[in-house]
Amino acid sequence: MNTASATQDEHEIEHDHKPKGLMRWVLTTNHKDIGSLYLMFSFLMFLVGGAMAMVIRAELYQPGLQIVEPNFFNQMTTVHGLIMVFGAVMPAFTGLANWLIPMMIGAPDMALPRMNNWSFWILPMAFSILLASLFMEGGGPNFGWTFYAPLSTTYSPDSTALFVFAVHIMGISSILGAINVVVTIVNMRAPGMTYMKMPLFVWTWLITAFLLIAVMPVLAATVTMVLTDKYFGTSFFAAAGGGDPVLFQHIFWFFGHPEVYIMILPSFGIISAIIPAFSRKKLFGYSSMVYATASIALLSFLVWAHHMFTTGMPVAAELFFMYCTMLISVPTGVKVFNWVATMWRGSLTFETPMLFAIAFIVLFTIGGFSGLMLAITPVDFQYHDTYFVVAHFHYVLVTGAIFSIMAACYYWLPKWTGHMYDERLGKMHFWASVISVNVLFFPMHFLGLAGMPRRVPDYALQFADFNQLVSIGGFAFGLSQLIFLVVLIKCARGGKKAPAKPWEGSEGLEWNMPSPAPYHSHTTPPEIK
Amino acid sequence: MAQQQTTNYYVPAQSYWPIVGAIGLLFIAIGAGTTVQQIGSEASSGSWMLTIGIVIIIAMMFGWFNDVIVESDKGLYSAQMDRSFRQGMSWFIFSEVMFFAAFFGALFYVRTIAIPWLGGASNNVMTGQILWPDFEAVWPLVTTPAGDTTTAMGWQGLPLANTIILLTSSITLHIAHKGLEENNRKKLTALLAITVLLGVAFLVLQAEEYVEAYRHMGLTLSAGVYGNTFFLLTGFHGMHVTIGTIMLFVMLWRVLKGHFTPERHFAFQATSWYWHFVDVVWLGLFFFVYIL
Repeated sequence: MNTASATQDEHEIEHDHKPKGLMRWVLTTNHKDIGSLYLMFSFLMFLVGGAMAMVIRAELYQPGLQIVEPNFFNQMTTVHGLIMVFGAVMPAFTGLANWLIPMMIGAPDMALPRMNNWSFWILPMAFSILLASLFMEGGGPNFGWTFYAPLSTTYSPDSTALFVFAVHIMGISSILGAINVVVTIVNMRAPGMTYMKMPLFVWTWLITAFLLIAVMPVLAATVTMVLTDKYFGTSFFAAAGGGDPVLFQHIFWFFGHPEVYIMILPSFGIISAIIPAFSRKKLFGYSSMVYATASIALLSFLVWAHHMFTTGMPVAAELFFMYCTMLISVPTGVKVFNWVATMWRGSLTFETPMLFAIAFIVLFTIGGFSGLMLAITPVDFQYHDTYFVVAHFHYVLVTGAIFSIMAACYYWLPKWTGHMYDERLGKMHFWASVISVNVLFFPMHFLGLAGMPRRVPDYALQFADFNQLVSIGGFAFGLSQLIFLVVLIKCARGGKKAPAKPWEGSEGLEWNMPSPAPYHSHTTPPEIK
Repeated sequence: MAQQQTTNYYVPAQSYWPIVGAIGLLFIAIGAGTTVQQIGSEASSGSWMLTIGIVIIIAMMFGWFNDVIVESDKGLYSAQMDRSFRQGMSWFIFSEVMFFAAFFGALFYVRTIAIPWLGGASNNVMTGQILWPDFEAVWPLVTTPAGDTTTAMGWQGLPLANTIILLTSSITLHIAHKGLEENNRKKLTALLAITVLLGVAFLVLQAEEYVEAYRHMGLTLSAGVYGNTFFLLTGFHGMHVTIGTIMLFVMLWRVLKGHFTPERHFAFQATSWYWHFVDVVWLGLFFFVYIL
C-alpha cells in the first residue's frame, strides 16, 4: 500500500503542472480542461444555432417569401433544433458537470478521465458532419429536429445517411459522458459524502445521467430504422410493408421525452445552489427535492405519447398519457414551492446569478403552465403543431435551461477564472435578455392560439403584427448574447481578484478551494462535515 | 480520518488514444454515411473511409487497452479504479440492453398494434376496408399489405441448435471464470477455448441460416416488417456475438500469455459479463422472434 501510494505521489507531482500549448487541450484528461472545452464548444454552437434562428426570424418578419427558399428554411428550423438540443444545451450541462461534480463531491477528477476526453472530442466531429451536410447536394436535414417518418425516410434529402451517423457518434459521446458521471458520483465521493449530503446539482446530474444511458441507445435504434427504411428497403415506418409511421413517433418520443428532462434536471440543481446562496438561507426541503427529481425522471418514461395525441390513439391511451403528464406537475410544483420558500424571509441580494435564477423560476413556471395546457388532450387537438407549442418549449428551454446555464456561469465564473466578472455588464446582459426573450416568445402563445402552424416560412396576413414583434424580440435577444460573450472574455482575461468564496451564502466543497481552483481538484479526500 | 489520508487518488496521465478514437469515429461516420449513399453506384470512396475508420478504432483499442494493462501491471491502479472500470462496464451493458429494447419494442408494437390495426382492429375498420381489403392480420406476417410474400423462419433446427450452443457457452465461460478464481489455469484455458469455439460455431450456423433465408425462403431484409424485425434483431445480435467472440479470443490470447490473477482480472470479468448479456438477448430473440 505504502509503495503504491509513493508511486502515486510521484505521479501526481509529475503531472501537477499544466501542459502547454494546443496539445494540452487535445490530449487532456483533466476534468476542468474538458469542462472548459465542453462549455466553449456549447457556446460556439449556441451562436451557430442562434444565427440560424436569426435566419428563421428574418424570413418570418413579414408574410410572403423574402429571404430564403422554403427548403432552406426547413433546413434552418431542423438544424437550429438539433444544434441547440445536442450541441448547445446538453454539452453545456456536461461541461458544468465536468467542472463541478469532482469539486463538489471531493474527488480528484472524473472516474474515467481518458474516456472523458474521448466523449468530448467526438462532439466536434459529429457536428462538423451535421453542418457539412447543409452544403451538400440536395441540402442538409430538412425534416424537423424530430425527423418524423416519412419526412425523414421517403421525402428526405440524400444527406440523411450522414445525419444518421452523426447522431450515432453524438449518442456515443453522450452515453460515454453519462457513464462517466454516474461512475464518478457513485464511486468517487469522498469518505463521509453520503448520498443525502450531495449538493442537488450532483443529485440531479446523477439522475440525468441515468436517463441519458437509458434513452440515447433508443435514439440510436430510431435513426438506425430510419436509415434502413430509407436505404435498405425495410418498412418499419411504412404501412404497405406492415409497419406504421406512428411507430416512429412512439420510439422517438420514448427517447424524446426523457431527453426533455435531461435538459432541465441539471437546471434544477443549479437553481437549488444559487437561490440559497443569495437568500443566505439553507435550501428549503432538500430531501423532497431529491425525491421530486427522482419521480420526475421516473414519470418521464410514462408520458411520451402526449406528443402524439392527434395520431388517433385509442381513448384509453390518450387518458393514461394525459393523467401521467399532469402528474409531473406535482413534483415540479414541489420544486418551485421549495425555491420560493427558500427565498421567503431570506436576506436577498440580486447579483447577476440570482437575477437569472429568479427569472428562471418565474419564466420556467410559465413554460410549465403552458405545458400543462398542452397536456389536456382535448385542447391539445387545437394547440398541436402550432406556435403555442413553440412558445411552450422555448420558455422551458431558453428561459429554463439556458437561463440556468447562464446563472451557473455567472455563479461559478469566479471559481473557474479566479476573477470576478463585470457585474454592471452582467446586469445589462440580464435585463436585455429577460426583456427581449419575453418579447420574442410571449406573443408566440397568441399566434399559436390563433392557429399559426409551426415550421412554415410563410403565413396568413392576420399573423403579421405579432410575427414582426417576435422577430424584433428575436434579434434583440440574439444581440444581447454578445454582451455575455464580452463578459466571459473579460472575466477570463482579468478583473478583480476573486476570493475563495465570493458569495457570502454559498455552500459546498468547491468554495473551500482557492479561486481559480487548482488544476487537480482534491489530491486527497477532503473532510466532510 | 488520518488513515484515509493515505488512500491517495490516482489520475491517469494524458493519452493520445482518445483523440485517435474520435478521429476514427469521424472516419467511420462519414465513411458509413457515404457508403450508404453510394449503394448501387460505382463509387467506393465511402467504403474506403469506413475501412480506414475501423482500422483506426481497432488500433486505438489495442493501444489504449495496452496502456491500461501496462499501468495496471505497474500497480498504479487502486481498488477504486477497478470499481470504476466495473461500474463503467455495467452501465455500458445497460445502454446496450436499451438499444435492443428499442428493437424489441418495435417488434411488439408491430405485432400487437400496427398489424391488427391494418387489419381493421380498434377504431380502424375503414383503414382495413379502404386501403387493403384483402390484408390478413397474422403473425408472422408472410404477406404484406402491399402483397409481397415471404416465409417465416421456424424455431427448430438451426435456431434451436444455436440456443443450445450459446447457453452452453455461457456455462463453459462461467466454469472458466471459476477456474481463473481458483488459479486453475488448465481449466481456465481449456474452457475459455471451448467458449471461443462455441461462439464461432454460433456465428457459422447463423450465417448458414441467413444464406438459407435469402436463397430458399425469400426471407430478406426488405421482405416486409417480419423480415425487417427478424434481420435487424438477429443481425445486431450477431454483430454483438462477433464482437464478444473477438473479445473472448483476445482474453484467451492474454490467458496464454499468462495475464490475469485470481484477484485482478477486470478485462476477463467485463468480457464475461458481455457474453452473458449477449446470451440473455438471444434467449429473448429465441422466444419472441422465433417461437412465438
